[in-house]
Amino acid sequence: MNILVFIKRVPDTESRIRIDREAKSIVEEGLNFVLSPYDEYALEEALRLREAKGGKVTAVSFGPDEALSTLRKALAMGADEAVLIKDDLREAYDPLRIARVLAAFVRARQPDAGLILFGRMSVGSDNAAVPPMVAEMLGLPQATVVTKLEISGQEAAACREIEGALEKVAFRLPAVVSAQKGLNEPRYETLKGIMAAKKKTVPVVTLAELGLSGEEAVPRVEILSLELPAAKQAGKILPGTAEEAARELVRLLRNEAKAL
Amino acid sequence: MILCFIEIRDGKIKKSSLETLVAGRRAAEALGFPAEAVLVGSAPEGAAAEIGAAGAAKIHHLQNPALTDYSSQGFALAVEGLVRETAARAVFFPATAMGRDLAPRLAARLGVPLASDCTAVSVSGGRLVFTRPIFAGKALLTLALPAGPAIATLRPNVFPLDAEPGPEAEVVPHAVAIPEGAVAGKVAEILSESGAAIDVAEADIVVAGGRAMKGPEGFARLSDLAAVLPRAAVGASRTAVDAGWIGHSHQVGQTGKTVSPNLYFAFGISGAIQHLAGMSSSKVVVAVNKDPEAPIFKVADYGIVADLFQVVPALIAEIKALGS
Ligand SMILES: Cc1cc2nc3c(=O)[nH]c(=O)nc-3n(C[C@H](O)[C@H](O)[C@H](O)COP(=O)(O)OP(=O)(O)OC[C@H]3O[C@@H](n4cnc5c(N)ncnc54)[C@H](O)[C@@H]3O)c2cc1C
Ligand SMILES: Nc1ncnc2c1ncn2[C@@H]1O[C@H](COP(=O)(O)O)[C@@H](O)[C@H]1O
Repeated sequence: MNILVFIKRVPDTESRIRIDREAKSIVEEGLNFVLSPYDEYALEEALRLREAKGGKVTAVSFGPDEALSTLRKALAMGADEAVLIKDDLREAYDPLRIARVLAAFVRARQPDAGLILFGRMSVGSDNAAVPPMVAEMLGLPQATVVTKLEISGQEAAACREIEGALEKVAFRLPAVVSAQKGLNEPRYETLKGIMAAKKKTVPVVTLAELGLSGEEAVPRVEILSLELPAAKQAGKILPGTAEEAARELVRLLRNEAKAL
Repeated sequence: MILCFIEIRDGKIKKSSLETLVAGRRAAEALGFPAEAVLVGSAPEGAAAEIGAAGAAKIHHLQNPALTDYSSQGFALAVEGLVRETAARAVFFPATAMGRDLAPRLAARLGVPLASDCTAVSVSGGRLVFTRPIFAGKALLTLALPAGPAIATLRPNVFPLDAEPGPEAEVVPHAVAIPEGAVAGKVAEILSESGAAIDVAEADIVVAGGRAMKGPEGFARLSDLAAVLPRAAVGASRTAVDAGWIGHSHQVGQTGKTVSPNLYFAFGISGAIQHLAGMSSSKVVVAVNKDPEAPIFKVADYGIVADLFQVVPALIAEIKALGS
């Protein structure tokens, strides 16, 4: 089976975010970029499926040239191939735009993909929207926020987290699946993998090569402002023994905060 | 008109979808038109009264035997038909597991983007404006969706549920045609977790513990505290989850759940940025930690510098005393 994994380069989760007010975007200078954590679970699942059932794993990212290093990491973990779809725009926080490009890639380059894996959401944009959008554009079923995936032939079943329970979804392949923490434990790159990845070439494709006109890749989200949240006032530290502090806390929660 | 999606789980209307409806009604009023509810599949008893009380005069009930069980494909197709038929200006969903699965699919069918997990909706210059946390709450993005109907999911527990009792809503049935082969996957089964009565993401109060809980017994003490509090659930840091002391569905943070309860207790949680990501929209935060320098105190409204194993039983006793 041909397995596609869409991966994104994102600032690591420790990052301190600074904002460029004029550009209505974050300041990228000084940030450490990584493979988005959920995408790592998606990639690991692809590698495990290939190991169990054979086939080929292709990692694809839509982003700037710097995303090449994220794709190299995917190769080092064991992906067979990697492709960069070159983006000349800054992050536009428009999931439709990204989904259109990824769906166009599948149609043009991987129409026979049996399984298309994503992360649950990309760290930073926090949309969790691209996977269902791509599924819809390609007319495929989806299972999102998946913590367990079972495939037998063309039939698949996935467990997804819902409020207070797990939901089991049954679907036919080809399909879109988005990975949640708990699906697996991603492997580390090996030295051998890193060396092998260095020898591979990562083809770069442009939007025009995917048959996308400029119009289709224009962001349709109008960003009005990007701000830091208001800093929180320092709270009260309650003195005394554990018992005294607990009593005072309950009193304050009732009378002052009205939270009890 | 703003359409608001009503989510049904276990034969009941989910509270977060009523919050969505109230937020939709407010925004619609500011724009000078109504908000109406959309309900797909089987409607629970009393829905018309409950939805009427949240302020919608009309419920569009989309029906087809293939819509009995949730499927993103079937539901998206059904709602799309209604959006086109009614020329709705916007469609709001609760940002629940179902809402976040479904709304992007609908948006793609309509060829428009969407605003995910919004914490504010307002009207400015005659159009809808959405605010959503990005970078796990480290920044706030305010945006408009000028292209076609505005699709948004709204974060549960953030929008108030004001009951301004309205009359029972009118139910308008719509028979939906679902072409052969249009649905290639659907929910087969719901596997309930034992004991988890309220999900952390839906609880009014979250009692969370971290590495300092030391083991599953520590979390049992937190369950005792949750049991004496109204609509409370137990949460955990990733460290506690990874140690296997409590299930992943309880994890709060960047790789866990985002919660916005009225009251959040952090017991023996240091306050790493990835943990704060999941709870920074809580209304009141209480931190209990032995280390006065723990970063969690920076985001806490009330702090106690002490051993949590002394504070938890004292709190249980105080709260029980309130009840009697
Ligand atoms: C990509 C990524 C994603 C992550 N996602 C998440 C996430 O979703 N959620 C999350 O929580 N973390 C997440 N983390 C991990 C995060 O960075 C921290 O490691 C984690 O939150 C720490 O958990 P903790 O506060 O329980 O433990 P610690 O940091 O070890 O803190 C324990 C605290 O308990 C206090 N303490 C000890 N004994 C007592 C006692 N008897 N009484 C009172 N206080 C006591 C200590 O003073 C200390 O402050 C993520 C990390 C990464 C890299
Ligand atoms: N620019 C991108 N390139 C490749 N994959 C992406 C991109 N943006 C999003 N994705 C995929 O879509 C998932 C969900 O992203 P999002 O909808 O942005 O939260 C991510 O985890 C990735 O798998």
